[in-house]
Amino acid sequence: MPIARRTLLAAAATLAAPGTIRAQSTSAPIRIGEINSYTAIPAFTVPYRMGWQLAVEQVNAAGGVLGRKLEVISHDDAGKPPDAVRLAGALLDESKVDLLAGGFLSNVGLALSDYARQRRRLFVASEPLSDALVWEQGHRYCYRLRPSTYMQVAMLVEDAVKLGAKRWVTVSPNYEYGQSLVKWFKALMLQRQPGVEFAAEQWPALGRIDAGATAAALAQAQPDAIFNGTFGPDLTNFVRQGNTRGLFEKRGVVSVLTGEPEYLEPLGDETPQGWIVTGWPVESVTDPTSRAFIDAYKAKFNAMPKMGSVVGHATITAIAAGIAKTGSLDTEAMADGFKGAGFPTPFGPAIWRPQDNQSTLGTYVGRTAVRGGKGVMIDWRYVDGAAAMPSDAEVKRMRPA
Amino acid sequence: MDLFLLQLLTGLAGASTLFLVAAGLTVIFGVTRVVNFAHGSLFMLGAYIAWSILSRLPRSPEYFVLGLLAAALATAAIGAVMELALLRRIYRAPEMLQLLATFGVVLVVQDAALWLWGPVDLAVSRPPWLRGAITVAGLRFPFYDAVLIAVGPLVLGLLLLLFHRTRWGLLVRAATADRDMVAALGVDQRWLFTSVFALGAGLAGLGGALSMPQGSANLHMDLAVIVDAFVVVVVGGMGSLSGAFLAALLIGVLQAFGIVLLPKITLVLVFLVMAAVLVLRPHGLLGKPQAESRAEAETLAPIRPAPAILRRLGLAALLLAIAAPFLAGPYLLTVLTEAAIAVLFAASLHVMMGPGGMASFGHAAWFGIGAYAAAFTAQGLGTSMAVGLLLAPLCAGAVALAVGGLVVRMSGVYLAMLTLAFAQIAWAIAFQWVELTGGDNGVLGVWPDPWAANPRTLYWLALALCLGATLLLRRLLYAPFGYALRATRDSPLRAAAIGLPLPRLRLAAFAIAGAAAGLAGAVFAYAKGSVFPTYMAIPHSVDALVTVLLGGVQTIAGPIVGAVAYTVLQSWLLTSEFWRIKLGLLILLLVLAFPAGIAGATHAAWLRWRGRSA
Repeated sequence: MPIARRTLLAAAATLAAPGTIRAQSTSAPIRIGEINSYTAIPAFTVPYRMGWQLAVEQVNAAGGVLGRKLEVISHDDAGKPPDAVRLAGALLDESKVDLLAGGFLSNVGLALSDYARQRRRLFVASEPLSDALVWEQGHRYCYRLRPSTYMQVAMLVEDAVKLGAKRWVTVSPNYEYGQSLVKWFKALMLQRQPGVEFAAEQWPALGRIDAGATAAALAQAQPDAIFNGTFGPDLTNFVRQGNTRGLFEKRGVVSVLTGEPEYLEPLGDETPQGWIVTGWPVESVTDPTSRAFIDAYKAKFNAMPKMGSVVGHATITAIAAGIAKTGSLDTEAMADGFKGAGFPTPFGPAIWRPQDNQSTLGTYVGRTAVRGGKGVMIDWRYVDGAAAMPSDAEVKRMRPA
Repeated sequence: MDLFLLQLLTGLAGASTLFLVAAGLTVIFGVTRVVNFAHGSLFMLGAYIAWSILSRLPRSPEYFVLGLLAAALATAAIGAVMELALLRRIYRAPEMLQLLATFGVVLVVQDAALWLWGPVDLAVSRPPWLRGAITVAGLRFPFYDAVLIAVGPLVLGLLLLLFHRTRWGLLVRAATADRDMVAALGVDQRWLFTSVFALGAGLAGLGGALSMPQGSANLHMDLAVIVDAFVVVVVGGMGSLSGAFLAALLIGVLQAFGIVLLPKITLVLVFLVMAAVLVLRPHGLLGKPQAESRAEAETLAPIRPAPAILRRLGLAALLLAIAAPFLAGPYLLTVLTEAAIAVLFAASLHVMMGPGGMASFGHAAWFGIGAYAAAFTAQGLGTSMAVGLLLAPLCAGAVALAVGGLVVRMSGVYLAMLTLAFAQIAWAIAFQWVELTGGDNGVLGVWPDPWAANPRTLYWLALALCLGATLLLRRLLYAPFGYALRATRDSPLRAAAIGLPLPRLRLAAFAIAGAAAGLAGAVFAYAKGSVFPTYMAIPHSVDALVTVLLGGVQTIAGPIVGAVAYTVLQSWLLTSEFWRIKLGLLILLLVLAFPAGIAGATHAAWLRWRGRSA
């Protein structure tokens, strides 16, 4: 491997050279190469794009970063990791971007992260939730913004324990994301509530749930409580079957991501009452930071922001803060300089953790309810990401680099 | 016992839904012989249109039914337009070309739906009467599911009446049995086909509209539905309505009980059922062997060695490809590396599809197996790249040999569907068996050995391996093996009569194609540094088909031309807005204007030009 490293270093140095020259002329914009699944996952990525567009406008109106404007060059990866990697090459080599950002699907995020490691360029993953991104496969060139699978579960476990339920069942989409959700939920529950038992599990195929049969199979196990990891169209189908069949009556339900506006909206007046969820109560947050973001977003796009909008917005402010703290666009300097950088988000301030390059952006935990024919979150609180992490020793054990 | 009854009813409701999804597809195939890939898109349009209508109507039952029918009619109209504008022009084309055309429609509809209805999932709020449940053996069963259980057989009955008690139905059945004879008897086939297509589209739309009370209209329905519909239609026997109903019953009920016993089996179960049924009954439960359509039995001229000028052109292109790293920037080099791999991938499919006459709908399986073999040798065994590159084609070839043993005796659409079934099983294993494959997170860090890590060296390596293998495949087609293979395609009877071992020849072609695709997959794995289940997914199989058809399936140079054109086109389009609609329209244009592909059209133009100058 030493030869490869040297060859690559040389190659990277050659490629970085024009960037360094440009960096000295203060008029040229700072270029962010952004890749996301715009056609494959439009429900998330379209509001996400509007979010980062707003942030770029705001950052530039405030004078930019290091006296330079921000410019985002954005591409669609069509949900395919190899396409994402090729576009990353195009952004680095042709468009001469200073760093990479984006990603929704975990596999695209991991492919981009691996490519960034190989090329020794910075990649700021905005959305991908896989724990591997900052732990097992983590490295110095990859930063990740959103609370991971582990963090989402850890935020919910507190309230799940309070249910006092003994007999649980789980339903989660059958792929890495759904499987890690259930794995962490079981592990954390067994730690906090010894004697808890898991009576049945259902693993519908992503996007193709057979909701009636799934709901009936879960009911058969006669659980006290249900843990749900399905989202999107699968969730709508599952909720409708579950409501009609009475699956959720007198049972606690803990559900990941369900409180996010993009997933609550299709549930409408059939939103089940009292589920413990992670999400964002966009209609009832009152603090000035949130309101300022929501008002600016509504003024620009004439639409309510979604969770994707928050992630898109925070991606830009997090990058801007990292660059401002580093004071340069040199990749090695940024890889060190981003660590510990604090940045504002619509949810309040967050920082890039030095331990594992995960941001402390958190999310809201609350209960679902129906108000005026729409699904909303009530009794919510904001949980900072820093509070939902394992111990530093544990992180160190899982993160090789 | 109560639970058993409840799950049985749930399975029956699922079966009804499946049947409604599949009925239109089987009706259309039975008469027009078009495998309508856009069926899922019509289903999706039906759902969206139903949302637009139902969310504006009063919420009482009579308006609900009215809304459903209106949505079905609107979708039927869209289907009629699609038939008039597109399919009418390509009935004489090979069936895979029609499939390609309908795939173009899928791409166009995806972007159109996003533009018209926006990205958010749309659900109709259920009125109280749709939320209710009936009590079965003390347990609650949704009222709407009970309605669905009745709707499936009702639709089946109405369709059977339509086909067996009306003159129109009589003509349709006659056309299904022998469409040339019907034409010879003076029946206007064009009108018949348009009406059948509209009926099929209307059924798809009805299926989509009926799914609204259970869920939402969303942009992922089309591909999810089309796979289910294919499975049901193939298991039932293509073109058989009652067969589709039986197949839907079988799958729906098995699914309902299967996920109680084996919760993780969801994705694989349907394909296992399909594979089992087809191995036992090659034409599906109630299917009959396809009647030979006389018009389609075109004889193809035997291939000849390339003329001198083409050889010179090829040599020039090869030299240019070898010199490319000195001329191209790093990004273009990446695209060229992918193009080289695409050439081998397409050439391997072409061996099966062109001279072999075996259309494959799951060719990505071999590519993926090769890629995973390379990844596992790199990660698990920690051996050098050379071992991975050697093992990958061996693994893919061995699996292809085993699968081929079961499937090569089938032909046409059934073979295509069985390869699809196998590819889906392979994909499901890679996607869901996280402990083994890492699931959708894939296997990372499959980077090449240090000596090949330089992008230029890697490009040359890819070029040498992929073009070398492609030239070998090409040589094979000019060898006695190639001529014998074509004989099995053009006239199985005569080929058997002169003593050619048909199954063995086809099996050999199948395995060779698998091995070559496996090599392409391994090279791709090292070039990208990672392997994901998407490598085996349906869109990747479609890519291979598009490439071969774009180049021209009956020309030897076709896959090469097609692969280069498609890779460059895609990498260029992907960075533009609304690329799906552009790619879709481009595919439609190509299908309509150059049905013989780029190489075929060039060849024809060349012949015309020479004819004039001679």
